[in-house]
Amino acid sequence: MKPAPFRYVAAHSIEEALQLKAEYGDEARFLAGGQSLVPTMNFRLTQPAMLIDINLLAELAGVKNGMAERVHIGALTRYRSLERDPATERNLPLIHEALPHIAHPQIRNRGTIGGNLAHADPASEMPAIVVALAGRLRALSTKGERWIAAPDFFVGALSTALEPDEMLMEIELPVAPPHSGACFMEVSRRRGDFAIIGVACTVRLDDDGRCVEARIGLCNAGDGPVFAADASESLAGRQIGTPEIKEAAERVQNSIDPGGSIHASKDFQRHIAGVLTGRALATANERARREH
Amino acid sequence: MSTDSHEINVTVNGTACRRTVESRLLLSDFLRHDLLLAGTHVGCEHGVCGACTVIFDGAAVRSCLMFAAQADGHAIMTVEGLAADREHLHPLQESMRDCHGLQCGYCTPGILMTMKVFLDETPSPDEAQIREALSGNLCRCTGYQHIVEAMQLAAQRLRG
Repeated sequence: MKPAPFRYVAAHSIEEALQLKAEYGDEARFLAGGQSLVPTMNFRLTQPAMLIDINLLAELAGVKNGMAERVHIGALTRYRSLERDPATERNLPLIHEALPHIAHPQIRNRGTIGGNLAHADPASEMPAIVVALAGRLRALSTKGERWIAAPDFFVGALSTALEPDEMLMEIELPVAPPHSGACFMEVSRRRGDFAIIGVACTVRLDDDGRCVEARIGLCNAGDGPVFAADASESLAGRQIGTPEIKEAAERVQNSIDPGGSIHASKDFQRHIAGVLTGRALATANERARREH
Repeated sequence: MSTDSHEINVTVNGTACRRTVESRLLLSDFLRHDLLLAGTHVGCEHGVCGACTVIFDGAAVRSCLMFAAQADGHAIMTVEGLAADREHLHPLQESMRDCHGLQCGYCTPGILMTMKVFLDETPSPDEAQIREALSGNLCRCTGYQHIVEAMQLAAQRLRG
């Protein structure tokens, strides 16, 4: 349970971090919170030749709420600071509600949003939320920057679209619009455990209370975060009531392919996905109505 | 591969130390083996059990998920730093003893460090808040009930 030897460099600038990553490529890993990477190193499932510690790069941390409709979260922003940020509660209610489900206080004190997304664990909450919110992620290398849409960023289990020389810099998410509601729900075996299934959804209503747009994301329902397009689209233009919720839940159940495990069979996961979708949609819809 | 080492300056329980550490040395092992502060316990070594929790720049963290090299320039508090002197236990420790909040004691240092920060930040917690704060620390002996009671008593004592 000790990591294999590696070279450790604490980068003092973004340029230095990117130079090293350009030079070492896949042999090097960025060390942010380390709450997913270090366990895999302790098990020697991961044996990077180099760790580029980015914790000194303060400019990578923090939430920028300056723009009216978009929030930018620096990759090195720790869960704990999001938890304590009143603007996040207001602007990103989905994240605010999901945070207590993400591991434990000690993990949230170190864990970062960028590290979590770059790790791309299918059972993790944040990828499903970023997909549900149709966020964008900014990657930077010595060659330049690019924005990656959330669905394109997650390629598969523990795998992202980031090139070996790229660093995830920030995440752009839409501010919760007026007349909208969000809800995150999760079932896990114990508090802070990995999700058996988690559901993140948002509902936006028009002046008559009809759904303009609904978006449903799931964690641990496939190889990566799942956006339930079919179920989400089925709600647009309709008053969301019991039959619509039931239909959407069934569409979710039919569209996912959860992996199953010794703790929860595929059928059980599918069942939970339906139940949680129904409850989360009803709650998000209710919250959107209260916003009127 | 040749050994990659770094000189670090770290303040532990108020005492400044300078050591040379290998890159792969975990902070938990650094505290135990290099500084001989064996009060920080090592349970699972992958961030699940919470036994190795220490206070890093004021925040409770898993010391098995950090490298000693990362502690350069930072301040750490371990369970050895809780009590003011050898004659007196910290109110948290006293309350754990009074309420039978431990049996084998293996998880206790991690719980004390977690709850130290929690009670500093939340002086009058309700039971649900205490249980939430404790969620990242596994105890296989007590069933948690006595730990929760100890924390309620400790909160009361710390408020004075």
